[in-house]
Amino acid sequence: MTTAPVKVEQRSNWQLFWTSPAMRKMRRNPLAITGLIITLLFGLIALFAPLIAKPSGNCLRDLNITDARQVYNPLQAPFWQATLAPPKSCYLTERLSFQQQPSPPSAEAPMGTVNGYNIFYGLVWGTRTALKLSFIIVAITLTAGIIIGAASGYYGGWIDNLIQRFIDVLFSLPPLILTVVILTILRARLQGGGGDYDPTVPMIVAFCVTGWTGYARLIRGEVLRTRQLEYVDAARSLGARDARLIFKHVIPNSVAAVFTTAVLDLATIPLAIAGLSFLGLGFEPGYSEWGQLVDFARAWLKPEYWYTLVYPAVFIVLFSLAFNLFGDGLRDALDPKSR
Amino acid sequence: MLNFIVRRLIQIPVVMLVLSLMIVGITQLLTPEQRAAPYIRSEQQAARLEQIIEQRGLRDPFPVQYGRWLSSTLQGDLGYSKASSQDVVATIKERLPRTLELTIVTAIPILLLSVWLGTLSALHKDKLIDQVLRVLVVLGYSLPSFVVGILLLAVFYAYLGWLPGAGQVSVLNTFALGDLQRYTGLLTVDAALNGRWDIAWDALRHLILPATTLLIVLSASIIKVMRNNMLEALTSDYVRTARAKGLSSRVVNNKHARRNALLSIVTLGGFLIIGLLSGSLITETIFAYPGVGQWVVQAAVGVDLAAVLGFAMLTAVIVVVVSTVVDILYGVIDPRVRFD
Repeated sequence: MTTAPVKVEQRSNWQLFWTSPAMRKMRRNPLAITGLIITLLFGLIALFAPLIAKPSGNCLRDLNITDARQVYNPLQAPFWQATLAPPKSCYLTERLSFQQQPSPPSAEAPMGTVNGYNIFYGLVWGTRTALKLSFIIVAITLTAGIIIGAASGYYGGWIDNLIQRFIDVLFSLPPLILTVVILTILRARLQGGGGDYDPTVPMIVAFCVTGWTGYARLIRGEVLRTRQLEYVDAARSLGARDARLIFKHVIPNSVAAVFTTAVLDLATIPLAIAGLSFLGLGFEPGYSEWGQLVDFARAWLKPEYWYTLVYPAVFIVLFSLAFNLFGDGLRDALDPKSR
Repeated sequence: MLNFIVRRLIQIPVVMLVLSLMIVGITQLLTPEQRAAPYIRSEQQAARLEQIIEQRGLRDPFPVQYGRWLSSTLQGDLGYSKASSQDVVATIKERLPRTLELTIVTAIPILLLSVWLGTLSALHKDKLIDQVLRVLVVLGYSLPSFVVGILLLAVFYAYLGWLPGAGQVSVLNTFALGDLQRYTGLLTVDAALNGRWDIAWDALRHLILPATTLLIVLSASIIKVMRNNMLEALTSDYVRTARAKGLSSRVVNNKHARRNALLSIVTLGGFLIIGLLSGSLITETIFAYPGVGQWVVQAAVGVDLAAVLGFAMLTAVIVVVVSTVVDILYGVIDPRVRFD
C-alpha cells in the first residue's frame, strides 16, 4: 500500500495575509478589533449617509425625486446618485425651523435640533464630509510625501539638503497656525470677488501644504536604510534605472512605517477640520460638519439642552477613539519593537 | 560644541528669512488694495487708499515689495490689526504675557504629572494601574481639545457653577486692574506683588479650566514616551548592575533608571511649548481668555491680514528659538551626543 503523496497546501494570498505574524498579533488585540469595527461603521455611515439621514428639501429636488423613500431603491438612479455623488444641497444640514432655541429629540430629529438644524442629519452627513476630505488629503499628502521623501533619500546630496531645509522651514510653524495663515489668505482672495466662498479647496490646499512633510521625513529615513541593502545593489548591477529602483525595490520595502501614520492621519484630519470649523475658519454655517455643531452648542450649555452638546461630543470622541485604538493596534502589530 | 551652537544660531535668521519670503509670497495672491489693508489705521487713511498703495509700493515687483516689508518689519512696524484696533506689535505686547501665564500654569503640571505617571506605569508594567493609565493615555490623545474644553465648560461652569467660565478676571475685578503696578506682566504674580490676593486668586481660578483642557489633551503623549523610556532604561545593563550591587530598588529606579529616562523630556518639553502655543488658539477662544490665541482667531475670521502675518512671524520666532535651545541643551545634558 502506498501512502498518498502529501498534498502541498496551496495558500491563497488572503490566507497568507490572514495568518501573517502581524495579523495574528492584531487579531489577538480585542481593543484594536473593536476600534476597527467602529471605524468601519463610521465608514458605512459616511457612505450610506443618504439612507440613514433621509434627504429633504432642496436635496430631494436636486436628486429629481419627490419622496425621500425613493432613495432606498437600489434599482433606480437616485439611490446611486445620492450615495456616490450627492449634489451639494444634500450636504447642507436639514433645517427644520428658524428657531434659535434647541428643541429636544423627537421622531423628526432623533438627536434634537439646535438653531433649527437637525443634529442627527448634521452628524451623519458631517461624517461623510469629514471622511471624504480626510481621504482626499491623505491620498495627496501620502503621494507627495512618498515621492519627495524617496527622491530626497535616494539621491542625497544637494537635492536632499534642499528638500530637508525646506521641510525645516515648514516645521517652524505649528501645522494649525500654518493652516490658519493659508486659509486666511486664500479666503481673502476667493472672497475678494464677492460671490460664494467654498472652503473645500482652500482646506485641502492648506492641509496638504502642512501634511506631506511628516511622510517625506519618514520615507527618507526608511529609504536611506533600504537603499544600502544588497538586493538594491543587485538590481542596479543588472542595469535597472533609478525610477525602477525607487518604485520597484526601495519604496515597497519602506512603506510599512508610513502606513500606520497614514491610518492615524485619517483620524486626526477630520478632528483638525472640525476644530477649524469650530473656530469659524472652516465651512459656512449650515454645512454638515461636526465642529459647527459643537460651536452651536456653546450657546446652550444649560443642563436642559444636554442633547446639543452630548450627541456631537460622543460622536466625535467615539470616532477618534476607535481610529486611535485601531491605529495603535496596527502599529504594535507592524512594529516588532513595541511592548 | 561651540561650532555647533554657532551653526544652530546662524540657522535662526535664515529660517525666518525663508519663511517670511514664503508667507509674504503667498500674499501676492491678493490685490494691492487687500495688501494695503494692514497699513490703514483710520477712516481718513481708508479714503487715501490709493496713496498708501503708492507710498508702500504695493504694485512694485515682488523682490522690491519684500525688501520694503522686511525693512519695515525689522523697524517694528507690522501694521495695524483691525481685530484689536491697535498696532500688531502693541497687541502682542499686551496679550503675549497672558498667553505666557497660561503656558506656565499649564506646562509645569503637565511635565510633573506625566513624568510621575509615566514612571508609575512602567514600574507596574501590565499591572492594573498600568492598564488603567494606558487606557487613559489613548483616551487623552483621542480627545480633541475643542470637545474637552466645551465639556469642561459645560460641567464646571454651566452645570456645577464651581469655576468661572470666561475671561481673565471677573467683571468686578476688571475695574481694579488699572490700579495695579505691573512688574512682570503676569497677572497672578503682579496682583500678589501688589498685595491684592483676591485678584490673584480670581485670575488663578480663571486659569484652571483652560489649563485643565490643555493638560488632558497634551500630557498623554508625554506619559507614553516616559513609560517607553523608563521601560527601556529598566532593562538596560547598568540597571541590572546596580541591582546586582544590592542597591535598594528605590535608588535604582529613581537615580539610575529615571534620570536616564528623563533625557528626552527636554525635547518633549520643547514640543510641549510649541503644542501649547497652537493649543492656545482653541482654548483661549472657548474660555474667552484675552491672549494672543483668541486675538489671532478673531483676526483670521475677520480676514485681518496684519494680525495673522504678525502672529505667524511671532510663532515662528518662538518655535525656532525653542527648538534651537532644546538642541543645544540636549547636547549639554547628554554626554553621548557629539557635535562632529
